[in-house]
Amino acid sequence: MFFENDPVLLSRILTYLTLGFHAIFATIGVGIPMMIAIAEWMGIKRNDPHYTLLARRWARGFVITVAVGVVTGTAMGLQLSLLWPNFMQAAGHTIGLPMFMETFAFFFEAIFLGIYLYTFDRFKSKMKHFLLVIPIVIGATASAFFITTVNAFMNAPQGFEMVNGVVTNVSPIEAMFNPATPTKVSHVIITCYLTAAFVLGAIAAVKIIRGNKSVYHRKALHLTMIAGAVFALGTAAIGDFSGKYLHEYQPEKLAAAEWHFETETEAPLILGGILTDEGEVEYALEIPYALSILAGFSPDTEVTGLNDFDEDELPPLFVHYFFDLMVGIGMYLAFVSMLFVFMNWKKGWNAFNKPLLMMIAAGGPLSIVAMESGWIFAEVGRQPWILNGIMRTSEGATTSDHVGLMLILFALLYTVLGVTCITVLKKMFQRNPVEKEMHKRGIDNYDIR
Amino acid sequence: MSYEIIGITVLWLFLYGYLIVASVDFGAGFFSYYTKRTKKDHKIHSIIQRYLSPVWEVTNVFLVFFFIGIVGFFPDTAYYYGTALLIPGSVAIILLAIRGSYYAFATYGAKESSFYNFLYGATGLLIPASLTTVLTVSEGGYIQVQGDNVQLLYGELFTSLYSWGVVILAVVSVLFISAAFLTYYAARAKDQTALELLRKYALIWAGPAIGMGIIVFFLLGRRNPTHFEGMLDLWWMFAVSFAAFAGALYFIWKRKKYGTAFILVMVQYFAAFFAYGAAHLPYLLYPYLTIYDGFTNDAMALALVIAFIAGLLLLIPSLYLLMRLFLFDAEYVEGRR
Repeated sequence: MFFENDPVLLSRILTYLTLGFHAIFATIGVGIPMMIAIAEWMGIKRNDPHYTLLARRWARGFVITVAVGVVTGTAMGLQLSLLWPNFMQAAGHTIGLPMFMETFAFFFEAIFLGIYLYTFDRFKSKMKHFLLVIPIVIGATASAFFITTVNAFMNAPQGFEMVNGVVTNVSPIEAMFNPATPTKVSHVIITCYLTAAFVLGAIAAVKIIRGNKSVYHRKALHLTMIAGAVFALGTAAIGDFSGKYLHEYQPEKLAAAEWHFETETEAPLILGGILTDEGEVEYALEIPYALSILAGFSPDTEVTGLNDFDEDELPPLFVHYFFDLMVGIGMYLAFVSMLFVFMNWKKGWNAFNKPLLMMIAAGGPLSIVAMESGWIFAEVGRQPWILNGIMRTSEGATTSDHVGLMLILFALLYTVLGVTCITVLKKMFQRNPVEKEMHKRGIDNYDIR
Repeated sequence: MSYEIIGITVLWLFLYGYLIVASVDFGAGFFSYYTKRTKKDHKIHSIIQRYLSPVWEVTNVFLVFFFIGIVGFFPDTAYYYGTALLIPGSVAIILLAIRGSYYAFATYGAKESSFYNFLYGATGLLIPASLTTVLTVSEGGYIQVQGDNVQLLYGELFTSLYSWGVVILAVVSVLFISAAFLTYYAARAKDQTALELLRKYALIWAGPAIGMGIIVFFLLGRRNPTHFEGMLDLWWMFAVSFAAFAGALYFIWKRKKYGTAFILVMVQYFAAFFAYGAAHLPYLLYPYLTIYDGFTNDAMALALVIAFIAGLLLLIPSLYLLMRLFLFDAEYVEGRR
């Protein structure tokens, strides 16, 4: 073994691995149904077969990612019990309800996804088929809702009392709707939509950069960028509220994210930088008053600093970089999508210029990086707690000696799954390019200019 | 009825649901691989594909539902089983992951590949074998609790006659349930060649399925006498199970009423599975854990039951729609759409 056999550390690494891998598929799994629904709706409304084809092709790729999402989600669900038996014992008593309901939501989605995929040409009315995508969107979003309430509960546990180490007086509803729920749930859901819009937009952008002139890809890009701009603005607004939530309920997380040491008003926001051994921040960009405004709408807000907390109750300070990365990419996505929409709207301006297309193409992978950074910040930023203030991560873990071996096995599994998933998706669309499919279905394909 | 009993009944029902739908799926995977090897796949390939494609995802959810639900109702199971079953649990996850994703890769993505086909066939038998470990372990004697540490005794597990008996029972049951269902599906599709082959499989696996059932029944007597006594008290349920089996076999043999035959197979497993489960109570894990130890609080139990009923109200119509479109729609089943 390459490091000491410590079940807690190994369990953490394995959980990061599973979550990190699952999060990619879960995020686009929640977001893409929304994009499919929008495309199919546009197809009906404008009577434009290009949009309908867009929905059809997106759905086809989507099934592949859903499959990986389903199996890694199953792995995550089981691994929670296998790696964190003590935590799950406590969680079962308090937050079991939304976990249980998440299964129902997913069940509902799975049933309608099966129906949706196989009924594209089955109904005479296109509207009928569109109606089938609604339960998929609802099921996917509800899954995200329920499971995120569990994560919110880990950050702000409430709805029970601890008497001599025993959980009593439980209120499942209060546990589910804890203070972290509103900001956390809305942030997760809207960024899923945002990520999906950018991943799909990036595909269209790459096609156009490579010289594909089909109007199909232009429509795809336009649609995804409008959606992306809307979702990015929503993300920014919700992000602002998340800051206020942290200030109120998890000040140590906000302080760690911002490297904010002294409790003070008129606190500046620190971007980037490095932390010297003496605990000084150097090379950072400071925005005066911004942290106080983020925490409570006004420069007069007093923001608690890291020095006011017990050192052994603080998260590692490297979370600052992940926080900055997430916020920075979020801003970038908002900028790029709004720029595209604006240039496309202005007469005589060419939104399909190469630099902008390249920026959109980069936005796809970057949005995934932002999502991962966000989850790393959320999870590492809560340390040393698995249940904030109640149970330490080390108390929740398994005592089994075999976690190291399992870590190796799962690392292999995810590598193989990830590689095959990409290969299969590539092959699938290369074998059946959109021009060929339009020809086969008798859809006009005209080039732009 | 107490919340404890309602909770375990709900969970057991879902596990039964998984047993049936997953068996059909696992067996189909094996038959699909086996017929490919023996070059008979042209006969049944399309039947299997047409059934599996729209429903494969639904199968997995039954299982997830069970293991999330059991932690909700009986949080202490997470502590005992979670700690002890790290390795077998992880192996099952990996097999399920390979199976699920490669099915989708093969069906929606790449061309037919004999490697994917092999994975699909092999996992179909390995998954039930690894999952039944949980039921075996629950009989007691395979887990050691020392202070805070719960350990699985691998030596005991791998050398125990009972544990291997259960594995074989699981595998042959999968093949029998699957063949019985696919026979019915082929009959509905009016696909005579597929019907003949699948009917033959159903008849071949009927004997081992019932035989292993009886053998495991008596092996349990040596393994866990308390549980065995409880099962003897419920002898009539096993009688119902056997009668249903005989009826199913009769119809398949006489080439009629394949639908009724499959329902009887479902009754056969329902009766045996619930008799086994009822006699197991109140223990979740002999002798450490009963349904009354560490049962979740009343507020959570009530919330879970309400959520369950609300969920069923949502799911049953949706499942009905799925079945009407793909299982009972003659034109779809016959491949005309």
